[in-house]
Amino acid sequence: MPENPLIKDQLSPVQQAMMGVLRAAVALFIPLATFAGLYGGFIFLRDSGAPQLIITAVAIVWGVGGVAALYLVVNYLIQKLPSAWEKRLTPFLFVGPAIAILTWYLFLPTFRSLYLSFFDKFSRAFVGLENYAYVFTDRTMLTAFVNNVYWLVFGTGFCVVFGLLIALLADRVSFEKTAKSLIFLPMAISFVGAGVIWKFMYAFRPEGTAQIGLLNALVTMFGSDPVNWLTLRPWNTFFLIAILVWLQTGFAMVILSAAIKQVPAALLEAARIDGAKELRIVFQIIIPYIKSTIVTVSTTILLLTLKVFDIVFAMTNGLFGTEVLASQQYKQMFKFLHYGRGSAISIVILIAVTPVIWYNLRQFGKREVF
Amino acid sequence: MADAAAVTLHKAAGPGKKKSYASARKRQKIVISIILLVICIVWTLPTIGVLITSFRDRDEVSRSGWWTAGSDLSALTFENYKQVLGGKPFKYTNASGDVVTERGDNMMGAFLNSLTVTVPSVIIPILIAAFAAYGFAWLDFPGRKVLFVAIVAILVVPLQIALIPILRDYQRIGLNGTFLGIWMAHTGFGLPLATYLLFNYISTIPRSTLESAFIDGASHFTTFVRLVLPLSVPALASFAIFQFIWVWNDLLVALVFMSGSGEKYQVMTQRLLNMIGTRGQDWHLLTAGAFISLILPLITFFSLQRYFVRGLMAGSVKG
Repeated sequence: MPENPLIKDQLSPVQQAMMGVLRAAVALFIPLATFAGLYGGFIFLRDSGAPQLIITAVAIVWGVGGVAALYLVVNYLIQKLPSAWEKRLTPFLFVGPAIAILTWYLFLPTFRSLYLSFFDKFSRAFVGLENYAYVFTDRTMLTAFVNNVYWLVFGTGFCVVFGLLIALLADRVSFEKTAKSLIFLPMAISFVGAGVIWKFMYAFRPEGTAQIGLLNALVTMFGSDPVNWLTLRPWNTFFLIAILVWLQTGFAMVILSAAIKQVPAALLEAARIDGAKELRIVFQIIIPYIKSTIVTVSTTILLLTLKVFDIVFAMTNGLFGTEVLASQQYKQMFKFLHYGRGSAISIVILIAVTPVIWYNLRQFGKREVF
Repeated sequence: MADAAAVTLHKAAGPGKKKSYASARKRQKIVISIILLVICIVWTLPTIGVLITSFRDRDEVSRSGWWTAGSDLSALTFENYKQVLGGKPFKYTNASGDVVTERGDNMMGAFLNSLTVTVPSVIIPILIAAFAAYGFAWLDFPGRKVLFVAIVAILVVPLQIALIPILRDYQRIGLNGTFLGIWMAHTGFGLPLATYLLFNYISTIPRSTLESAFIDGASHFTTFVRLVLPLSVPALASFAIFQFIWVWNDLLVALVFMSGSGEKYQVMTQRLLNMIGTRGQDWHLLTAGAFISLILPLITFFSLQRYFVRGLMAGSVKG
């Protein structure tokens, strides 16, 4: 704070000291009042019986406003400091909150989960590798591993193949935009919502009653018996994978379509003039040209299928041999309250994504943005 | 140029050849159009089926497939939505011939809870990430590079890794089942990506733009709030849409951190999951419930399609 030297000279030392105390009091009062207000909001939201609309409104204002207020208050405090300190502390006002939250929510948990995975159900006694032995030998867990491989291979495979196929077809018709919108639309739907939609598609009723599920209606129309799709091992996992394909193909399509449009038109026209068939053009020009995009899209969907949880949880709750890693982890955590095994499974999932982490770091190292 | 070359070539080949080439292409185009049309219909049917069913009477739904609904449009009704939103009771005759009255659901509450969870879970990480992105791009401090590399490393770390440790912390400090708790969880899980994306954007703002602000005596804080935030709106919007869809549609994080509060604070996905469990055969309610949960993302999709696509493309690598 710049001071007017003339005024300062006229003040006695006592007055100056009082001014200093006063200023410090104000500087302290503002943050304290902010914290008190925020805490009051927290208690109100936790305990109040107010109508829900009011709770919603208060919560949104309190949550969003609270974060903004914290930044403003800390900035206010920093500006009160001598300028050397102000300069030293300002970067931490900017990056500090992000670093603190990331440390608490992602960095430390990685090591804490690793630590917990060596302990028993109640995280009290050290059990060595027992939880990992369970993870790799238990029958349900082995089913989960096999199913997860199905999800990885077929979920990703079908998404990318369909996405590519639709992108190629859409490139050659007049209603390209509408078609792409329709295929992309499921991306807006939650996995649970998609669960309802597809449970209805797969709905099964005993023979003789009207079939209200589209698939069984088709099956019975051709004279076969209705099928209970979701209990039919081992195919039920594939019927669940179909839901993921339905949801994510749009994503693959949009990105691959953008890449296909980058293929130089002259290249394609030249091939056509040479008499190349469309199929050959696709396999020998377009696909090699967009190879790196295909890899990116595949990786993204691979990461998703590795952690797939909601679909299985909503459709079968992991019964009938449809368990996957993430649903097992959730069950170990909440149903069996076995924190050791739950942590061990999460470490296994983490190990599965390490190649991608390594790849991201290498790409980042090449970019030289710093 | 290539086109011109093609035309000359065909001219040289004579008028007959040219005609057959054009008609072959035309035929090919029709075949492709038909194939794509079929794919589009297959892709859309599941959603249409649920949409139609949500407007049909309970008895109708269990008597016949939704594809027969077209024969009697007057039978369509809004009753299911009244039952599912306001808890309006409904009557039906069960297998043994008795008339049963059941209460509908109260999805309105779940809708508001989802809104309460989602809005701050979108804005808070964006604000924190934007500050951090500015810090990494334009300020100098010890450990700057190491910290940013660490953020890149945790971009794809699965959030499963954090569930047990954070849940234990929450139980200890009383954050379990509170809005603050789930906001912070979504903030934590969304931050690496948000910071990374916003850094990519903010670091490309020309240095001269910022320097003119500093010459005018503006502090970093003022420059950030007055200049950088408004300039970054496109990037902020893309991430906001991605995070909105992600949080609104999330089930796992809500199950883990909101179940401590009981039914009162259930979000939409949790409620829908419960309905699948308890009302597995009440398709008229389930379908209406599903549609209520879809309505906000669908509106976003149709009104902001370009940003929506950009947001999902940018945010697809989330851990």
